[in-house]
Amino acid sequence: MSQKLSITVVDPDPDRARMIVDGLCDAGDYDITVLGDDTGLARKLENLTPDLVLIDISNPSRDTLEHLSLASGASARPVAMFVDRSDPELTKAAIEAGLSAYVVDGLTKARIKPVLDAAITRFNMLSQMRSELDAAKMALAERKTIDRAKGLLIEARRISEEEAYALLRKTAMDQGKRIAEVAQALVTAAELLK
Amino acid sequence: MKVSLNIGYIPLVDCAPLVIAHELGFAEREGLTLNLIKHPSWSAIRDMVALGHLDAAHMLSPMPVAMSLGLGGLPVPLDALMVLSINGNNIGVSAAIADRMRIQGWDGNFQTPYDTGQHLIKATNGTLRLGVPYPFAMHTELTSHWLGTLGLNVKQGLNLRIIPPQKMADAVAADEIDAFCVGEPWGSIAVENSVAELVLPGSAIWSFAPEKVLATRQQWSVENPELTRQLMRATHAASHWLCQKSNKMVAAEILARPAYLNLSSSVIDRALTGNIRTRTGQISTNVDNFLLFHTAAANFPWRSQGAWIASRIAAREGIDQQAALAAGRACFRSDLYREYLNGTGADLPGASEKVEGALSQATPVPSVRGEMILGPDAFFDGQVFDFGR
Repeated sequence: MSQKLSITVVDPDPDRARMIVDGLCDAGDYDITVLGDDTGLARKLENLTPDLVLIDISNPSRDTLEHLSLASGASARPVAMFVDRSDPELTKAAIEAGLSAYVVDGLTKARIKPVLDAAITRFNMLSQMRSELDAAKMALAERKTIDRAKGLLIEARRISEEEAYALLRKTAMDQGKRIAEVAQALVTAAELLK
Repeated sequence: MKVSLNIGYIPLVDCAPLVIAHELGFAEREGLTLNLIKHPSWSAIRDMVALGHLDAAHMLSPMPVAMSLGLGGLPVPLDALMVLSINGNNIGVSAAIADRMRIQGWDGNFQTPYDTGQHLIKATNGTLRLGVPYPFAMHTELTSHWLGTLGLNVKQGLNLRIIPPQKMADAVAADEIDAFCVGEPWGSIAVENSVAELVLPGSAIWSFAPEKVLATRQQWSVENPELTRQLMRATHAASHWLCQKSNKMVAAEILARPAYLNLSSSVIDRALTGNIRTRTGQISTNVDNFLLFHTAAANFPWRSQGAWIASRIAAREGIDQQAALAAGRACFRSDLYREYLNGTGADLPGASEKVEGALSQATPVPSVRGEMILGPDAFFDGQVFDFGR
């Protein structure tokens, strides 16, 4: 019976990290550590000596991991990016999900594949959630800007809310812009004129 | 019909040729649309190029060589199509180290590699924690050549920490590093944040160091010769535009935009003009060859530059020198450069290799059209590297 795999998840967002850990726990029995704060990342990983490191592909600290994977001191363990360079499908799936994985040499594919599969699934789910959240946030921000622009028009021109909105919409159509853009321009101009 | 190419870059001043090619219509004139994609790390750029998500990218000059030697990531043969920039790095030290250097008699001069290097080694007692952005980078090569020549035991005494450029100032502030070597504007940002002082420009170590290259998968350049030609011509034209003095201010304004560096143009201006402010509140020092985009045949990918890089990497990683030299040479595609830029007004040197470090001043050499000016390309210690076979 081989030892439990030790996995380190590097992610500054605790909610995301928890979801990734949940996904991994469903896939098997692992020894998981989360590193949220990536200052001194190299030192922390040297102390943890994980078998596998999972990190968001867009995390700027990846270059630090690259260096660790090259370090070849007596105590350092050689690390490769991704399990097996001969498995382009898995690699491709990971990259598309926004996941990069660093794996200690000598672990069999059979032991690592379930971990990566679980991580890929979670990463895909998270990126979906992230884009939905971004879209929602933007919609909310735009709504607020449009409300402020309407307020400005109501006050300055003494018109009703419907008329203010109609005016914004007409201006946007005439200029080939989005209503939110016209509203933003008005709000910015008003700030400047204060 | 215009073809759209996915091009990766890291927010640094030296990504300028690609940004200018896109913004000022040089790409369009070649029938291309450049879809410029900002990346958070060099590893990400490398993986995306290797897997074909990016057609080409702004890359550290040693990266294609390292990839071709099978080092790091998913080793795929990459080509350096042309050099995007020469020099452009700054070496800085924490305020505490600068103080210690001054107490020990350092005069604060920005362009004295011997004096500054010796004081830096002394002030850090022979163990220097140095931040660089990537293991395979000119930053690593320049600093190890410089401090190694001055007597630092590089293997034991130079403790490299890999830190993303935009986090360099924070790493100094958090006392994770004593010093750094980083591309602009991130050295100047550290000065602005009052956490560090710049002590030496990279160009004072090697006056003609190939810093960034335009890289692509070898397979891509083989399969898309016409696109490769168009991309190289557009980038070359943008580089030529960038080297005109009167265009620097516009270039700084464009790079400052939120889509690119998202910083004040006055900080970006420093690298473009070579007017470097080394300390907060200090008047700036002018560095002649701080960052070159085009002059002195800067864009020409010399085979000997690839060889120099390969030789250094091979020595450190324990790889056979001869095989590495051949791989390094092959990466720097002076053949494609000659073929694709012929007829654009680009001056092409008569040779594709030179003795690196041999020119202590600007020197006329034979070119396809008669004569052109090369150099200076000397190292601070006068060392020359002849990889002639």
